[in-house]
Amino acid sequence: MPGLEDLYREIILDHYRNPRNRGELPSPPAVRTEGFNPLCGDEVVVYLKLADGVIADLKISGQGCSISQSSASMMSAAVKGKTTAEARATIRAFRSMMSLHEQQLDAPPAGASLEGNGADDVAAEGQPGDQGVPLGDLEALQGVVKFPVRIKCATLCWHTLAQALDEAEATAAGP
Amino acid sequence: MEVTPAALDVARIKKDFPILERQVYGKRLVYLDSAASSQKPLAVLEAMQRYYETTHANVHRGVYAIAEEATRLYEEARAKVARFIGAGSPEEVVFTRNATEATNLVAYSWARANLGPGDVVVATEIEHHANFVPWLQLRGEKGTELRVLRLADDGQLGLDDLAQVLAGAKLLAVTAASNVLGTLPPVRQLADAAHAAGALVLVDAAQWVPHMPTDVSSFGADFVAFTGHKMLGPTGIGALWARRELLESMPPFLTGGEMIRDVRLDGFSTNDVPWKFEAGTPPIAEAVGLAAAVDYLEALGMAAVRAHERSLTAYALGALKEHYGEDIVIYGPPDPALRAGIISFSYKDVHAHDISQVLDQAGVCVRAGHHCAKPLMRRLGVSATARASFSIYNDEADVDALVEAIAAADALFG
Ligand SMILES: Cc1ncc(COP(=O)(O)O)c(C=O)c1O
Repeated sequence: MPGLEDLYREIILDHYRNPRNRGELPSPPAVRTEGFNPLCGDEVVVYLKLADGVIADLKISGQGCSISQSSASMMSAAVKGKTTAEARATIRAFRSMMSLHEQQLDAPPAGASLEGNGADDVAAEGQPGDQGVPLGDLEALQGVVKFPVRIKCATLCWHTLAQALDEAEATAAGP
Repeated sequence: MEVTPAALDVARIKKDFPILERQVYGKRLVYLDSAASSQKPLAVLEAMQRYYETTHANVHRGVYAIAEEATRLYEEARAKVARFIGAGSPEEVVFTRNATEATNLVAYSWARANLGPGDVVVATEIEHHANFVPWLQLRGEKGTELRVLRLADDGQLGLDDLAQVLAGAKLLAVTAASNVLGTLPPVRQLADAAHAAGALVLVDAAQWVPHMPTDVSSFGADFVAFTGHKMLGPTGIGALWARRELLESMPPFLTGGEMIRDVRLDGFSTNDVPWKFEAGTPPIAEAVGLAAAVDYLEALGMAAVRAHERSLTAYALGALKEHYGEDIVIYGPPDPALRAGIISFSYKDVHAHDISQVLDQAGVCVRAGHHCAKPLMRRLGVSATARASFSIYNDEADVDALVEAIAAADALFG
């Protein structure tokens, strides 16, 4: 059985205690997008400001557990200053890190350790993560997949960011 | 004169529940989530197993021996449940899938036949979604009005404006015991006031029937909903009690087999109550299991059950406050005599999910979340709470394990 140390890695607790990019941005011009986890009541609000296809500024507000808060904090640090294409690649990489393990939990190959196997699969897709996107600190969230009910806590802000990017780009493409 | 019930022998009771022998993470399982669903004693598991091994057949149909036996067991279960809740006759008890289906039966059958635009339904701010969403849905469909009795700051329903809220109402929907706060609203007083205003009364007794002596006539209600899996019985069976004339006046809810008297190409007539409301093959083994659960509870005595859970709640409230003082916020009435064995709490600003995750590693099962009572969560100003809840198989050692495990959460997040 997985232990707490798999879930609450030091870097996660650090982001939880000292969240980066926390706050709000005036909207407009920033896009404001809300995400909800109806199961646990977690709520995240992403404020996103694009300039020339780059995430010029990004703030996060809302409330939730340590996993959802730290995931949002790490996400904000990872995508701020990046192009929207880079941000989307990071979103895909993060989601695949989460879903990869989810599939393995459903059908663990006999005798194979989750860790070892997961690393091979990730490598096959281009370590670390999707399309060579370095996930950096975010890899600390890998342990969450051993706690299936918490996966949604970690992915909530990422779904919300994807939605915010869609809205911001639609606005930029505007009439 | 009040008779003090004999204390429960919890050490012996624990032995009746096989799951409590289980370990998680190498720790003894400390199950403090009975408000979500109780564990099952061997007597219930064996009754269901025995039924399937010796008696199973469909009910109300076959003329052969085991079909007759199955029918008899199913109807005896109804009679047993009826006695357990003080019903006037077994025909007043409709078996449903759970409490949610029981409240929906009232909403779909009685309410849709009797309520229309502008008619008033009164619910409370502390309802479980099972006794709230059906009334929101009815409002959307039928244009009824939904009024809400609010929670006061002392953890009780605010009754100052009761007469105004009830004026002109057609239905009062109220819980007998809050699944979040443990609050025990004054159901009799509310029912009398509702009746005086011309309203019928639906009581959600899902958290009451498993823990207190129940007498539906002393509730003064017209409908009472409860659920088997919270009262040591299996999942998949619940019940709606209603006054017989009321059931007779109501149209069927689900239709098909079992609930029918005659079907022609151009119409149908319905069976007698309560079978009129039991469409399709019913939960037969589950009824047998529920009857065994009722036997188990009756052997302990519901007064003794209540006394045990009340004193355990008092112990837990004291221990949590003593250890954590201002760092812990406990919701609901402070007096254990005024609450069910349910303790929702927040600890510092640690999220309920993180608390329950850490507690899990100590073998302690508590619930984290909104407990299907989001209007109440909004009123409390929180998105989630942790909740410990007690049953007959819990003792002070279980509470001590809870108290100790919160310290581990503090070490990580505090
Ligand atoms: C007060 C209350 N009402 C209704 C329900 C619904 O019970 P069920 O899920 O068995 O329908 C619950 C349990 O979750 C409850 O606590």
